Amino acid sequence: MTSVSKPLVKVRDLYFSRGDKAIFEGVDLDIYRGWITAIMGPSGTGKTTLLKLIGGQLRPDSGTIEVDGVDVHRLGSGDLYRLRKRMGMLFQSGALLTDISVFDNVAYPLREHTGLPETMIRKLVLLKLEAVGLRGARDLMPGELSGGMARRVALARAMALDPMMIMYDEPFTGQDPISLGVLVKLISSLNDASRLTSIIVSHDVEETAQIADYIYVISRGKVVDQGMPDQMMNSDAPWTRQFMKGLPDGPAAFHYPAPELEKDLMGRS
Amino acid sequence: MLDVLARLGRIGIGILGHIGRGHLLLLSILGGIPLLARRPRLLIAQIYAVGVLSMLIIAVSGTFVGMVLGLQGYYILSQFGAEQTLGVMVAASLVRELGPVVAALLFAGRAGSALTAEIGLMGATEQLSGLEMMAVNPIKRILAPRFLAGVISMPLLAAVFSALGVMGGYFVGVGLLGVDDGAFWSQMQTKIDLHEDVYNGVIKSLVFGFVCTWIALFQGYYATPTSEGVSRATTRTVVHSSLAVLGLDFILTALMFGD
Amino acid sequence: MSHSRSVEVMVGAFMAAGFVALFFLAMQVSNLSTTSTGEGYLVAARFDNIGSLKVRSPVTMAGVRVGRVSGIEYDSETYEAVVNLRIESRFDKIPDDSFAKIFTAGLLGEQYVGLDPGGSEEYLKGGDEISLTQPALVLEEIIGQFLFSKAQEDATDE
Ligand SMILES: Nc1ncnc2c1ncn2[C@@H]1O[C@H](COP(=O)(O)OP(=O)(O)O)[C@@H](O)[C@H]1O
Ligand SMILES: [Mg+2]
Repeated sequence: MTSVSKPLVKVRDLYFSRGDKAIFEGVDLDIYRGWITAIMGPSGTGKTTLLKLIGGQLRPDSGTIEVDGVDVHRLGSGDLYRLRKRMGMLFQSGALLTDISVFDNVAYPLREHTGLPETMIRKLVLLKLEAVGLRGARDLMPGELSGGMARRVALARAMALDPMMIMYDEPFTGQDPISLGVLVKLISSLNDASRLTSIIVSHDVEETAQIADYIYVISRGKVVDQGMPDQMMNSDAPWTRQFMKGLPDGPAAFHYPAPELEKDLMGRS
Repeated sequence: MLDVLARLGRIGIGILGHIGRGHLLLLSILGGIPLLARRPRLLIAQIYAVGVLSMLIIAVSGTFVGMVLGLQGYYILSQFGAEQTLGVMVAASLVRELGPVVAALLFAGRAGSALTAEIGLMGATEQLSGLEMMAVNPIKRILAPRFLAGVISMPLLAAVFSALGVMGGYFVGVGLLGVDDGAFWSQMQTKIDLHEDVYNGVIKSLVFGFVCTWIALFQGYYATPTSEGVSRATTRTVVHSSLAVLGLDFILTALMFGD
Repeated sequence: MSHSRSVEVMVGAFMAAGFVALFFLAMQVSNLSTTSTGEGYLVAARFDNIGSLKVRSPVTMAGVRVGRVSGIEYDSETYEAVVNLRIESRFDKIPDDSFAKIFTAGLLGEQYVGLDPGGSEEYLKGGDEISLTQPALVLEEIIGQFLFSKAQEDATDE
């Protein structure tokens, strides 16, 4: 944390739009090795989209994203797939395959990519499940898991190939306080124990600030602020204050853009 | 006026884009098929889902369609004193048309809609994205085995439909209405040609299986990832597949049987 | 694993059922079992008119199928139809002066070639030609003749 090495992920001048709607308009950010970097912003700002861009599932309109020194969007599909084996991603919903058991879900990437014998795979899967505290749930189907458990299984699966980096999409949203605590602890201990680099995308300020080493706040397609968590919590920047403190109105308007109320009421629809 | 043209243009571009994406998807799917030679288990599981689970409705429908053909055919043919040709009528209708077509329509309703819903939900619940991020190509891993399973299952289902239909017609015609047993079969064997009728029927059902499965997978893969989107996509699968089957049947029949 | 085993068994049963059905369609429903696979011998017969006789129409003797029509050509010099009959080789005692007629099965049924045995001691063999033939009855001609004679009767009555 002290020695600032070369960043693992480098986003430069990123532009991306869906249809007519601009989602990113010139984003620059760096994700440093070994750190937990949080990317925060209100829902719908494109946080999930950013992770998909980093993972190479979407293509930017312009700008570059480098992961470990290579431009993700210049890779052929073979190299891209090789790179993805070194990146884990935890989806908002868990994205477990619903037709196979917890065990098979965690074993899936190992069976697809390693060609290890089944006895070896069994050991690895049980170790990964142990790490997230769900070794006992290995025979359950994903439909039988609670939301928090599903995310932990997904985490075990994302860890299965021992990636260099894990991306978490809204890991805390919709969790009860207990599983929230479990996840917060899990994410930070995994990051330290496995010498991972983590990216957390979230709008849960408190939990994220607890474990993040560095925070970016994005809004309306741009990085509006960045810094260490305590800097951010005490920031004077109006936008950051509003977001970190959860104030209802501020630079981010409470109202969706609309004509003035009087005009709207008087006019015909 | 310009508005109308613009709208027409937009619709046209939309349709072309659709067709283009459909073909690209098909290419990627076909590219995934060689992989299945190494992983036959993937295929077997899908033949179960697509073929075995459609078997009951195909068998029951085939038998009843054959029985109805036997009954109706008998009443019409007996007016000309030609009830010995009942076997021909039943078998020709089934092998040439009803077997492939009705089996394909049932297939679209039973297996096609299930495929669309399954793939669409996998998309909506980020399972497909999840696979991609695990460096697994969902088109090769998920769509390709389903596609091949559909293409393999369809002709077998159509054959079962036709065969049980002939048995149903035999049961009604010979068993209940007293058509001569020997005449039923021998007339049939004289008139039904292996090449003209049976092979062509199999070719038809291969084409239908190909098209129905393709439509189902396309609709599922490009479904809007919401529950409403998936349900619309499922409906579209059934409608588009049925129209495609009927339209293609006309074209294929004209090509095959029109001299 | 027992689950995937039962899936495999079911898929096996499904494929088997499909192939049995195809086999049934080929053997029992279509003419595969009755197609003479090129065996037997060919004889030709010339007719003035073959009606709607087709390739693969049956050739019978005393109502028993002994072969099929294997080809139909038109002889532009004699204005006749040349019909090739493939007779199964086990029916090798057909007198060479047999009479070939084109019949219709039932009023609207299909047409077939019926052979009436002659009295010769010589039997038909491959490449022979049947010289005694009777053309197909064409329904329109018969009706035409009937109406014509009826009209004549009426005319003489008056
Ligand atoms: N598949 C898609 N097609 C079109 N628009 C999309 C799609 N996915 C997301 N969007 C839009 O992109 C914007 C950003 O979405 P997302 O990245 O999911 O936001 P966040 O994760 O920050 O809540 C949203 O306005 C959303 O409506
Ligand atoms: Mg999101």
